[in-house]
Amino acid sequence: MTLSKRLLIFVPYAWLLALFLVPFFIVVKIALSDYAISIPPYTPTFDLSAGWAGFVDFLSKLDLENFVFLAEDDLYWKTFLSSLQIAVIATLLTLLVGFPFAYAIAQAPSEWRPSLVLLVILPFWTSFLIRVYALIGILSNEGFLNQFLMWTGLISEPLAILNTDIAVYIGIVYAYLPFMVLPIYATLDKLDGSLLEAAQDLGCTRFQAFWSVTIHLAKPGVIAGCFLVFIPTLGEFVIPSLLGGARTLMIGKVLWEEFFSNRDWPVASAVAVILLLILIVPIVLFQRSEQRLREQNQ
Amino acid sequence: MRKTSWFNVVSLTTGFAFLYIPIIILVIFSFNKSKLVTVWAGFSTKWYGELLSNEAFLDAAWVTLRVGLWSSTIATVLGTMAALVMVRGGRFFGRTLFTGMIYAPLVMPEVITGLSLLLLFIAIGLDRGATTIVLAHATFSMCYVSVVVSSRLSTFDQSLEEAALDLGCTAFDAFKSVTLPIIAPAVASGWLLAFTLSLDDLVIASFTAGPSSTTLPIKIYSSVRLGVSPEINALSSIIIGLVTIGVLTASIASKRAIRRQQIEERRAIG
Repeated sequence: MTLSKRLLIFVPYAWLLALFLVPFFIVVKIALSDYAISIPPYTPTFDLSAGWAGFVDFLSKLDLENFVFLAEDDLYWKTFLSSLQIAVIATLLTLLVGFPFAYAIAQAPSEWRPSLVLLVILPFWTSFLIRVYALIGILSNEGFLNQFLMWTGLISEPLAILNTDIAVYIGIVYAYLPFMVLPIYATLDKLDGSLLEAAQDLGCTRFQAFWSVTIHLAKPGVIAGCFLVFIPTLGEFVIPSLLGGARTLMIGKVLWEEFFSNRDWPVASAVAVILLLILIVPIVLFQRSEQRLREQNQ
Repeated sequence: MRKTSWFNVVSLTTGFAFLYIPIIILVIFSFNKSKLVTVWAGFSTKWYGELLSNEAFLDAAWVTLRVGLWSSTIATVLGTMAALVMVRGGRFFGRTLFTGMIYAPLVMPEVITGLSLLLLFIAIGLDRGATTIVLAHATFSMCYVSVVVSSRLSTFDQSLEEAALDLGCTAFDAFKSVTLPIIAPAVASGWLLAFTLSLDDLVIASFTAGPSSTTLPIKIYSSVRLGVSPEINALSSIIIGLVTIGVLTASIASKRAIRRQQIEERRAIG
């Protein structure tokens, strides 16, 4: 291996080790430490000058107390369960809105399709925070949705949407829609129209043909889209914080509050470790399904 | 033969209306005369004027811009290096860990990334400020850059590089005169992605910022918690306008560049 190649590997490797892997171990360490009124607000802190004996002493002071605390407190169980529930329901809602949208783009005349795709990607580039902020003006009591609904006469009193879980669902669908539409579109775009015709020639009704050809072939895109929405939603902070109410429980929000409001770093770290453990399952499943897809394509 | 059905037209209209109406309303009401953000009282640009004389926002904008430029440039260099390692690196000790560390930050919740970096900075005694935000942003956006660049690297013909090497180029020369021009559009869009990610980030910046280094998203977040304000609408409209122009220009430019390359490649073969 030449020197320049070693350097090429070493620089990004060292950067990621120092700023991604090491910080993660620090989180685990602090999750096993105790809360203390000091700066930084946890003990024990690791002292390099104490040598090996200091290291052993340091290890012996670590315990699972914070995890026991999380397991015994109702609030955290509810938070984890409600985050999972919100993420699952929001993912399904995004699929419900995203699939017809992606399908319609794939069916559009071919000279329009690149521009339509660009229009779907564009909001993804625009600030996430600003887009969530834009929804506040729509969903608030005197917001445009209520103004519109009262104008049509459907309701006489404004609906309380902002600061409820419903606003969180709308926010997630709105913010993550491009992540659902693009992978589904990518599979539908490759769909060969003659397959549908063949199915109909062989006696399928239009609906049967749609179900057994289009839906079946779009499955990899649907799966990818669902994971791309579900995984970031689980740890989401901005949406529940700005659109949700005081009763909206999501892990990201609780972690933030433990850290910034309660200044309980050990508990915040323990919440982070559990969130990561929960996320490992969908991430591994996602990678497996991508892997299978790659093998099929080869 | 694809037909336009009513169902598809309705899906398209609803989809795009849902994506764009909130943004359009936000932009329209940034020109509202009244302080109320939901009642139209006539056209005015006074909120833009007020924004430009608001020192706190200007400071935050300056911090955000500096952080964005530094972090995206570092991320582009590191991310391109990482992409070269992943696509051309061959086997080396710890390759699996390396690939894992490239992909993991993409799915890592921002709250965890932010918390872990903050704990690191405190553990090593680094004062929080613009520098720590740059380090944090460069770390997660280098992974995005490397994914963008490696997808371009893996599709182009490696024999071009080998030919340059056979003709006596050093590895670095071959990279500079053959590989770099080919992957340049991907590197540029990686840079743009890193820049917009940094411009947009609230969570990681909140954890890693010091008291003197408030970025625009932090500023926006803290004032939004007090309610919607026309000043924030004006600021948001400026950001949306700039990002839209940037992305559209980049996408048109990269399409042109790819077409030119294809024509040149064809000419070279023919």
